[in-house]
Amino acid sequence: MYNFAYHRPGSLAEAERKLKAAADGRLLAGGQTLLPTLKQRLAKPSDLIDIGRLAELSFIKADGRSVQIGATTRHATVAASAEVRKAIPALAKLAGGIGDPQVRNMGTIGGSLANSDPAADYPAAVLALGATIHTTERAIAADDFFKGLFETALKPGEIIKSVSFPVPEKAGYMKFAQPASRFCMVGVFVCKAGSGVRVAVTGAGPCAFRQSAMEKALASNFSAAAIESVKVSPAGLNADIHCSAEYRAHLVGVMARRALTEANG
Amino acid sequence: MTETGIGARVKRKEDFRFLTGQGTYTDDINRHGQAHACFLRSPHAHAKLGAINAAKAKAMPGVLAVFTHADLAADKVGGVPCGFGLTQKNGKPQIEPPHPALAAGKVRYAGDAVAMVVAETLAQARDAAEAIEVGYSELPAVVDTAGAPRAKSAVHDEAPNNVCFEWEIGDKAKTDEAFAKAANVSKLEFVNNRLIPNAMEPRAAVGEYDRATGNYTLYTTSQNPHVIRLLMGAFVLAIPEHRLRVVAPDVGGGFGSKIFHYAEEALVTWACRKVGRPVKWTAERSESFLTDAHGRDHVTKVELATDREGNFLGLRVHSIANLGAYLSTFAPMVPTWLYAPLFAGQYRTPAIHAEVIGVFTNTSPVDAYRGAGRPEATYVVERIVETAARDLKLDPAEIRRKNFIAPAQFPYTTPVVLQYDSGQYALAMDKACQLIDYKNFAKRKAEAEKRGRLRGIGFSAYIEACGVAPSAVAGAIGARAGLYEAGVIRFHPTGSVTVITGTHSHGQGHETTFAQLVSDRLGVPYDSIDVVHGDTDRIPFGMGTYGSRSIAVGGSALSKAMDKIVDKGKRIAAHLMEAAVQDIEFKNGAFRVAGTDKQKTIQEVAFAAYVPHNYPLNELEPGLEETAYYDPANFTYPAGTHIAEVEVDPQTGQVEVVDWAAVDDFGNVINPMIVEGQVHGGIAQGIGQALLEGCVYDDRSGQLVTGSYMDYCMPRADNLPSYRVDMTHTPCPHNPLGVKGCGEAGAIAAPAALMNAITNALGIKDLAMPATPERVWRAAQARGARAAE
Repeated sequence: MYNFAYHRPGSLAEAERKLKAAADGRLLAGGQTLLPTLKQRLAKPSDLIDIGRLAELSFIKADGRSVQIGATTRHATVAASAEVRKAIPALAKLAGGIGDPQVRNMGTIGGSLANSDPAADYPAAVLALGATIHTTERAIAADDFFKGLFETALKPGEIIKSVSFPVPEKAGYMKFAQPASRFCMVGVFVCKAGSGVRVAVTGAGPCAFRQSAMEKALASNFSAAAIESVKVSPAGLNADIHCSAEYRAHLVGVMARRALTEANG
Repeated sequence: MTETGIGARVKRKEDFRFLTGQGTYTDDINRHGQAHACFLRSPHAHAKLGAINAAKAKAMPGVLAVFTHADLAADKVGGVPCGFGLTQKNGKPQIEPPHPALAAGKVRYAGDAVAMVVAETLAQARDAAEAIEVGYSELPAVVDTAGAPRAKSAVHDEAPNNVCFEWEIGDKAKTDEAFAKAANVSKLEFVNNRLIPNAMEPRAAVGEYDRATGNYTLYTTSQNPHVIRLLMGAFVLAIPEHRLRVVAPDVGGGFGSKIFHYAEEALVTWACRKVGRPVKWTAERSESFLTDAHGRDHVTKVELATDREGNFLGLRVHSIANLGAYLSTFAPMVPTWLYAPLFAGQYRTPAIHAEVIGVFTNTSPVDAYRGAGRPEATYVVERIVETAARDLKLDPAEIRRKNFIAPAQFPYTTPVVLQYDSGQYALAMDKACQLIDYKNFAKRKAEAEKRGRLRGIGFSAYIEACGVAPSAVAGAIGARAGLYEAGVIRFHPTGSVTVITGTHSHGQGHETTFAQLVSDRLGVPYDSIDVVHGDTDRIPFGMGTYGSRSIAVGGSALSKAMDKIVDKGKRIAAHLMEAAVQDIEFKNGAFRVAGTDKQKTIQEVAFAAYVPHNYPLNELEPGLEETAYYDPANFTYPAGTHIAEVEVDPQTGQVEVVDWAAVDDFGNVINPMIVEGQVHGGIAQGIGQALLEGCVYDDRSGQLVTGSYMDYCMPRADNLPSYRVDMTHTPCPHNPLGVKGCGEAGAIAAPAALMNAITNALGIKDLAMPATPERVWRAAQARGARAAE
């Protein structure tokens, strides 16, 4: 780790000011990606602004039509939340399957989204549920948020405050974990809501993306059988020592069908 | 059996210390005025080393010194020695290029140490290391094991075709003859995948020099501190043994990787005198991945000749073994003498011939890793036996039973030099079949199919050779050290006992097992016995712990020392009770005059020996302490049968290990709970190799791709089944305890059992390890395509 200045602001407003004032400042929430990166000396920020303990960013509220989750809410909190489990059980399940207990006790939803790791779980849920990301500057629709590999619509100095998830009729999530890291090799979130059917894939591409062929096939029949014949193209999918693009494409189909079975279960 | 004696499931006395965080590991040791070292390591797999400019680094805050090879050369610091000298099949010695402690002229693997920085703090040392400028001119990297002899680049000038040795064993003509008359020849070609050891505790070393006495102390993460003292003192730093103390305190796992003498140990010991401060180095996990000696990495062709009924006639094996960039301590021994002599397995195969080519590559050195040669051998034998069973349409249990060496045939001399001591192979096979309910496997397979799962079963009837011995034989084949063990039994005046052993415990539970052994034999309460290991100043000598040798060799040394204690005790007791020595019996901790109720406890005898007011001083020395050295007559040969059952999800390629039966024969067992723990851990490592772990270097650049836990897959609890573990007990006839050794069995047996099960489930001949989901999925796809045709 290189030296850096550490700040623990008392409010979001103060955090914003500190971040803007720093030469090369980074926000620290759960630190589950940032700290290992620093320990390996792969990043050299001038300042760390720790927002992990800001009470105003840690909450879960549900009103029957949507669930709002504060940006620094820990994965374990989401997984255990009675409101989330009642309103969107697939989201609670997803949160409960991220990393290991240590990661879930520290990692935050805002940190995960802002990082946009191609193998993170949350982006699949955000995209499939049609969530909205509320920042210090605006509200960003999920469809506009993920831009590429570790790249989002967030501008420098912009901080995620919360995420609001519309409550769906049905939803399911299934992932195939990369054996070593247990990150998503392929994760598929399926959702049926008043606004239609959405299918989002994580782990397979540079960032989470929607699978429109499946969405079309599921529009009239939200079942595993309806997508049996949907071919997933390996073009543009990730390939690494654990998984070729072709195998990933195949797993997208299998995980989608299993997610559907779960959503309908 | 007493509650704490031989055969009792005593809870480990060391665990309180470990589980409450009170162990003392090398990194816990901090000496007054200690400075910190870090190593600048080559980012390239193969490159010419140009100028090294450390001027800027030396001027940075807190920096005490920056050392490169030039500094070592100026001080005449030697290279890292190899502890084994193999003779090639042409009679010439192995090619043994220099292994400089810091790279000289060239770097030969990504991670090769180029410079050492010593600073007040670790962060300062790291900052300075980054400021060192090194001129590299890259050379093509030699990465592929099988391709190394044909590579355009040479890792060492001394070995222009990258071949370190060509070696053979067995009777080629006789084997060719067997193949000529065979009704069936089964063949396989495969890779025994390279593994990275990953002990929980990374390597660490603290060097300290006492100017007043001229004595050096090295604290290090070692499985054998005396061997390190010998190699480092004699070959690297020219420090005589009486001036060098090596301490291996609590060590958090070794699995072989901490047997070897590593350059960092010598460098902290040398540097601490140069800078006049104790120097500590602790590997980061990434350094462990890059620089701990790796394991396995063979490319093998095997053929088994049989008659029509499945009787084995001959076995032919050809392997290319990757040795990495430099010869690590036992590197040449592992893929030769610890490998090919095991090719008879548990069978009467009459003719065997094997050739092994050892090659240099631009990868981390490769050396012994749990099982060391024997897992590779078992994989060869048990995969080809399974293949022959399938080729001949014979039951896999039956073909094995048909060829087993029978109990009456022991001692049994194989065609590949070994003389097996004892065994009951069919008995272990029968028990394992019962444990897993082999006869109802077809039912389970049918039931799994209804759930869309492919169920498979696989056998592995392994043998291993433990406690490498005797020294004279080891020396004749090339070992540059003896392979005996030393032990001391020291009674204290009031009757408690310190047991001193040259073996080393780094997870094996010796403090418990050896205390049980001594308590049982001498009748001293278990809690009055303490076991000392891991310090060259406290222990006469020792070869350490590896190759499942500690109880068979170290325990036997203690047994001999206890015989001496009893002999002396009898003479003291005879004097105290005014009886003849030949009338004294020793039992349950007391010396008794035969046929009377006169007795003296061993504690009373010890007291008399240390407070010799009434003592035969003209005949006997005071004190009750005995030392023994034990050099075994032979290896011991644990063996057994493991059976794995798996279920494959053909849609995803996910393999679930659903059941496991292990029946092992370790001879007599001191603590069954500890032994079962060793079996469990060994199987976990074997499952790791077969299913999860695979070290990957980039073919072109030689960069380690699996350099962290993000990409190198270690087994986790949820990858493993609940094991069904049982034993047979065929005592070893040639050591006083009848024990054989249990540390490696699981890792030796498991990969073949698991791959036999997976290929059985998929109905295919072979699959590469590790059986990753994608590999299994592709095999399942191909199978589905075949079925559809």
